[in-house]
Amino acid sequence: MNPRLTRRAAIGGLAGLAAAGLGCARRDPGKDYVRFWSFGREGEVAVELIQDFLAEHPHIDVEVQKLPLISLHEKLLTAYAGDTLPDMCQLGNTWISEFVALDALEPLDGLVKTSGVVTRTDYFDGIYDSNLVDAALYGVPWYVDTRLLFYRRDLLKQAGFDAPPRSWDEWTQMMAAIKAMVGRDRYAALLPINEYEPLLVLALQLPDEVLRDGGRFGNFRGADFRRALGYYDQIFKREWAPRMSNTQISNVWDEFGHGLFSFYISGPWNIAEFKKRLPPQLQDQWMTAPMPGPNGPGVSSAGGSSLVIFRSSPVKQAAWQLIEYLSRPETQQRFYQLTGDMPARRSAWQLPELARSPYANAFHQQLDRVRSPPKVPEWERIGVEMRLAAERVVQNQRSIDQAVTDLDRIVDDILEKRRWMLDRRRPT
Amino acid sequence: MKARKAGWIFVAPALLVLGLFFFLPVLAAFLMSLTDFDLYALRDAANLRFVGLRNYGHLLTEPLFWKALGNTVYFVVLGVPLSIGASLGAALLVNSKVARFRNLFRTVFFAPVVTTLVAVAVVWRYIFHTRYGFLNYALGIFDIAPIDWMGDPHWAMPAIIVLAVWKNFGYNMIILLAALQSIPDDLYEAARIDGASNWQLFRHITLPGLAPVLTLVSILTMTGYFQLFAEPYVMTEGGPLQSTLSVLYFMYEEGFKWWSLGRASAVAFLLFVLMFVVTLVQLRVTRREGQL
Repeated sequence: MNPRLTRRAAIGGLAGLAAAGLGCARRDPGKDYVRFWSFGREGEVAVELIQDFLAEHPHIDVEVQKLPLISLHEKLLTAYAGDTLPDMCQLGNTWISEFVALDALEPLDGLVKTSGVVTRTDYFDGIYDSNLVDAALYGVPWYVDTRLLFYRRDLLKQAGFDAPPRSWDEWTQMMAAIKAMVGRDRYAALLPINEYEPLLVLALQLPDEVLRDGGRFGNFRGADFRRALGYYDQIFKREWAPRMSNTQISNVWDEFGHGLFSFYISGPWNIAEFKKRLPPQLQDQWMTAPMPGPNGPGVSSAGGSSLVIFRSSPVKQAAWQLIEYLSRPETQQRFYQLTGDMPARRSAWQLPELARSPYANAFHQQLDRVRSPPKVPEWERIGVEMRLAAERVVQNQRSIDQAVTDLDRIVDDILEKRRWMLDRRRPT
Repeated sequence: MKARKAGWIFVAPALLVLGLFFFLPVLAAFLMSLTDFDLYALRDAANLRFVGLRNYGHLLTEPLFWKALGNTVYFVVLGVPLSIGASLGAALLVNSKVARFRNLFRTVFFAPVVTTLVAVAVVWRYIFHTRYGFLNYALGIFDIAPIDWMGDPHWAMPAIIVLAVWKNFGYNMIILLAALQSIPDDLYEAARIDGASNWQLFRHITLPGLAPVLTLVSILTMTGYFQLFAEPYVMTEGGPLQSTLSVLYFMYEEGFKWWSLGRASAVAFLLFVLMFVVTLVQLRVTRREGQL
């Protein structure tokens, strides 16, 4: 390495440090400083996205701190425990109930009521609903994420089908036909066994709740979950899907291109990945489709990220103005152009490139049919236990009967503290 | 009496630091292990319940804890002898007078110790890959069907052991090498004049000469291996089917993923007791052998 270069880098670094120090010292008392935590790809574009906001609001300064996605949950909890949470943050909507349980989030109903920008009716119902805990709103949906089918049109056609499946029965037929066509070494579908989402989607498609009595007990022994697990299990038992995790496959996109599987349940981020990674001759051979349900088109999970304000923030008003700016349809469209993240507002979907994209279209349809996973703080852990129980069934270590009984026992144990808390809160 | 006082004054700083940064946290952790400290308690101390020994009772009846313990013991029982065997073999090789490029090999064998596990794991994941991995390719030459190293619950732990042995044997090799070099050459010379074979030289001079260091190395390696965490964390995340979940990994998930710090503290104490007992047994055994 050129020694002069390192010296220059060192001096540059020192200068940067000094400037940062000055920056702190120069904090203008007349200005509101909003600390905004953003993660992964969204974090990278957030700075660019808010430039207009800064120009519009000279009295507000925003410090975007981007965090990597690894161990994010641990980092947020540590920040809570250490009292170093930012003013506002992007938060996965399945984590909202957890932070509400910590009393860390500011309720937003009052602010939304008087807002000219955040209009309830413009948001997809299921997604908006996932931000409600006990009927109070704690987050404004920023972008949406749901799971649906990615499929290979050419392989489906070869097997004799012109359209993707709409119901479980159709899907069953197609998987059987494709498996018969591709033989022993290839499969019809990929449902990574290290993800709980595919099974969760199947379970949400049936009317019963996964947790009963207001999230006090597991309801996995119920007939509906058994049915979902049975459907999931037969996909593996009949060798339609390999018993593989994502990390084992190393390169899901290549394998999709090689035809190792024809159906893949995944989220919107893979649209961009498939466009980028599949060879040109395959580009018009793949498509997305809404989830098939037990009887016709089914629901999927209501995922995505919301914008939240922490209770500890001294600049809630300024943070809310930033949320309003980020929620404008124009900003949402621009956000989509920068990241490929799908907007949470219906009006933002009028953007021509979004409205015309055949891949996004399936997501647009699916977003009107989404259901929120159970909103209890313990959900993440329960989801993992559910996945492990399903893995045992798929690997022939447990029967469905044993697995759901064990699962309910474990889940009831996890929820014991929650029951105690709820009973205590109830006035006697 | 005065000397005694002076002695206390001299050790006082060390005791203070130890007390503040070791005994106090350990005591706090023990107290925490008697409560159900979790997210709810983090919000409001009123949500904290004293549960006595219930965390311990719960753990001892929790199948997953036993599974994690079984996995860890499996790892230790197979990994420690393999690791020390590899270290000893490597030390003998690079100490041998007939070997060439000895310094080069010393460096090469030590290199895995100083590389970052996370970076190495990326390479190993490809070595273990079912379809494209080098290991299965090499086995294929001997007509052995490909093994699903990271996906088969029976093979994931052996794969982790291979990785851990490869990663760690260089460290013990250096210690053993130093011990080998401290065995006086005249012992070998005298024995050779008496007509001892190479095996007899190894059995009656090298091994007794190494005995104290081997004890030390095996205790250190064993305590280190009981704390198995990073390898499964980067390679398998405890899977498949929790076959590579170690006690420490279990504790990490309880404590930092699910924030049940009470239960995680109880795991830590159980692990401590276990390691303490095993070390005592090991010391007792080596001491008795020393008397023989």
